[in-house]
Amino acid sequence: MGLLNLLKQDRGGQLFLGLLALAAVLVPLLNLLPPEGHALHLSTYTVTLLGKYLAFALLAIAVDLAWGYLGILSLGHGAFFALGGYAMGMYLMRQIGDRGVYGDPLLPDFMVFLNWDALPWFWYGFDMFWFAALMVMLAPGLLAFLFGWLAFRSRVTGVYLSIMTQALTYALMLAFFRNEMGFGGNNGLTDFKELLGFDLQADSTRIGLFVVTALMLALGYIVCRAIVQSRLGRVAVAIRDAEDRARFVGYRVEHVKLAIFTFSAVLAGIAGALYVPQVGIINPGEFSPLNSIEIVIWVAVGGRGTLYGAAAGALMVNYGKTYLTGALPEVWLFALGALFVLVTILLPRGLIGLMKTRSKKGGAAA
Amino acid sequence: MKPYNPEQISRHMSRLLNWILLLACLTAGQLPALYAAESDTPLHAAAELFKSKKFDQKYQAIQLLASDGSEQARAILVALMDSRLYTLKRDQRLIMLGRRSGSPDAVDAITGESVGNVARGAMNKITLNNRMRSQIRNALAMLDLRNPDKTKRLAAVNQLLDRPDAASAALIQSLLEQESDGQIREAMEIVIALGKLSSGDKTERLAAVELLDGNIHPAVRNGLLKLQQSTSDEAFAAEIKQVLDNIKATLQLYSLVENIFFGLSLGSVLVLAAIGLAITFGVMGVINMAHGELIMLGAYATYVMQLLMPEHIGAALLLSIPVAFVISGLVGIGIERGVIRFLYGRSLETLLATFGISLILQQTVRSIFSPLNRSVEAPSWMSGSWEINSALSLTLNRLYIIAFCLLVFAALFLVLKKTSLGLQVRAVSQNRAMARAMGVRSEWVDAMTFGLGSGIAGVAGVALSQLTNVGPNLGQSYIIDSFMVVVFGGVGNLWGTLVSGMGLGIANKFLEPWSGAVLAKILVLVFIILFIQKRPRGLFPQKGRAAEG
Repeated sequence: MGLLNLLKQDRGGQLFLGLLALAAVLVPLLNLLPPEGHALHLSTYTVTLLGKYLAFALLAIAVDLAWGYLGILSLGHGAFFALGGYAMGMYLMRQIGDRGVYGDPLLPDFMVFLNWDALPWFWYGFDMFWFAALMVMLAPGLLAFLFGWLAFRSRVTGVYLSIMTQALTYALMLAFFRNEMGFGGNNGLTDFKELLGFDLQADSTRIGLFVVTALMLALGYIVCRAIVQSRLGRVAVAIRDAEDRARFVGYRVEHVKLAIFTFSAVLAGIAGALYVPQVGIINPGEFSPLNSIEIVIWVAVGGRGTLYGAAAGALMVNYGKTYLTGALPEVWLFALGALFVLVTILLPRGLIGLMKTRSKKGGAAA
Repeated sequence: MKPYNPEQISRHMSRLLNWILLLACLTAGQLPALYAAESDTPLHAAAELFKSKKFDQKYQAIQLLASDGSEQARAILVALMDSRLYTLKRDQRLIMLGRRSGSPDAVDAITGESVGNVARGAMNKITLNNRMRSQIRNALAMLDLRNPDKTKRLAAVNQLLDRPDAASAALIQSLLEQESDGQIREAMEIVIALGKLSSGDKTERLAAVELLDGNIHPAVRNGLLKLQQSTSDEAFAAEIKQVLDNIKATLQLYSLVENIFFGLSLGSVLVLAAIGLAITFGVMGVINMAHGELIMLGAYATYVMQLLMPEHIGAALLLSIPVAFVISGLVGIGIERGVIRFLYGRSLETLLATFGISLILQQTVRSIFSPLNRSVEAPSWMSGSWEINSALSLTLNRLYIIAFCLLVFAALFLVLKKTSLGLQVRAVSQNRAMARAMGVRSEWVDAMTFGLGSGIAGVAGVALSQLTNVGPNLGQSYIIDSFMVVVFGGVGNLWGTLVSGMGLGIANKFLEPWSGAVLAKILVLVFIILFIQKRPRGLFPQKGRAAEG
């Protein structure tokens, strides 16, 4: 009942969740039922690609929660995403066991290559899925908590905060590129074999991952919607629009910010963990500032402060990226750049905002 | 086989040397005149000695040649060093083969007349050992010591410094009086002192040690270390240790100076990259993520100028400074007029839009110049280094970068403080409405300010092209550093940018040997992130009303 109440006013959300449910059912069916070569057949490659988009959509929702409702433009959410991904990657690395190139039962290949003789302490426990799953949330969450605690307490806001988050992900990228860090350096973590005993190369596993990602996206959306409509969410909007006023009224602005920012980071980490087994690799490139800023443009294109708009933006921009980098690789950066400029100047509220104003105008005319 | 006794040999040698020196002093370089018969010249004596198979005799022969000092003696020594010196089997004459291997023209070593082609079997090679080789090197150096060319003499002394021995010290002692050049005299005194270290009596040694105090030549350190290990006198050893410690302290001081210099040059790069941003971000409050790409444009402008003027690299570099300024400045004005002015007051959106522009600029350059890195040549007057002493040498290109950075900073400072444009810029940044009321065309000022900051970015690109490869990603690698410098220094404060850039550069260079380059950079970044939490307005926050805006 709570769920129904939550979505009663949210027509966009209803539509979004409905489409998602449809996709979660239809995509596996289209992959399994029609024979290969049939017009309706979806290749496993496409399924995995769609699964990747859905992971990105979850990430976009996380960014939208912080940016659209709290006014914190994070240029470092890629770092939380990548940390979640690395936690999952470490679990997958431990699952390889002695099937690696060097056949070491304990050490991943890159450690054998670097002549390490023992597993670093921070790799302990990652052979257990529950521990890795905990870390997927804990690692980005802790980082966000620490960073936010320092930053919000000293009232670093606006662009300063954005630049600081960018510096954070940049520093992490440099750190993860180092071999000495113990995360595979430049090459990152790859060559995964299986997840919870399921072969990652198998079609069934890939479909399963797609469905799980869709479910997590739906769950993430519902939780975010719940937060946004709660008292906490309303205070957050108040802080976004007039931080000082909210503070003077008596709200603990820092606590609200910290709670939502940390949750957003955890969500980004989960998205990363869903992303890694589908693409089969995680490397320090995920920390690059460009990646983080790309996430922001997904949200901006879709329309911030709507959650489903962010998810839609992520799907659209990533489809465009896949298409353009394949068909016209030279054009992609031009298109992305133009998207940044045009959206910020012409569509400050994104495509969803455009549609909303259209329908309002239409309603007024009729 | 007679047992080899080095002490005996050296006593023998020094006696011989004394004899030679006596002659040298008496005749003042006119040795041949003393020998009445031609067959008695040192060259003949040496040739006679070379016939022996014993190395003792050969050592003497080399000493004889060294003391002779004629061109011919030098030629014989060089030939011996290259294994081109032979004796003919039939009449034991000393001959030199030509420089090229297999060359038929052998010549008589003493007279220089040709003896024609000699078959391999008809001659015996004069064999060498390592001691002879070092003896010959020193002998050649000694011959060069009499060379009228100053640089040759200095090189010769320095060569002796690397392998000091008592014999060369004694010879140099005799030449010291005639030497007029101060630098060479100084080096000579070190050689003499080093010689005394190994041979003189105790008071001489002590005097030598004191003379060497504070000298940082590596040979001095090696000599003293050797002596420290061999001496049994504890007081003397303590004295040497004291001197060695002094030398170490001096060396440390120089390495400190060198580190600071490296830090300043890195800091200059940071300041150059950040100072345009200090204008656009600091004074105008506009977040320009395309700043790095404006730097990149400046670097490409340099590259194109060099393509246009391949004959005059230096002139092209100088010309590219104004060209880069104009190009980047115009692009900057275009960005301001075309995009940013619609977004004033919405800084987060400005950030996103300018980031989009940076992507477009990158891809444009990639499409025009290819994604490969281009290297820009450095003119000859920028390469090389300024050697202050054996422990400290500063590379010229780094020196130029530091100077250039300060020059740009001064120019920008003057523009902002002394020109009417600067006055208007400051007025608009402090209170736009009031400035407009006073008749300042604020829009025009915005465009000009942005153009100025962008132009400076282009100029920074010219400087960077001399340090790194020019590629489409050049700007990206500097944008975060630039923002850090500006934020750390305090927004809206040019001095803050200078101090923070230089400070971060030095901090980076001092961390590097301890932690490695990448970790140093990470540590500095983390430090800034933490610092900003503590003091959100940077090192030098703006005070007064302007700070509140």
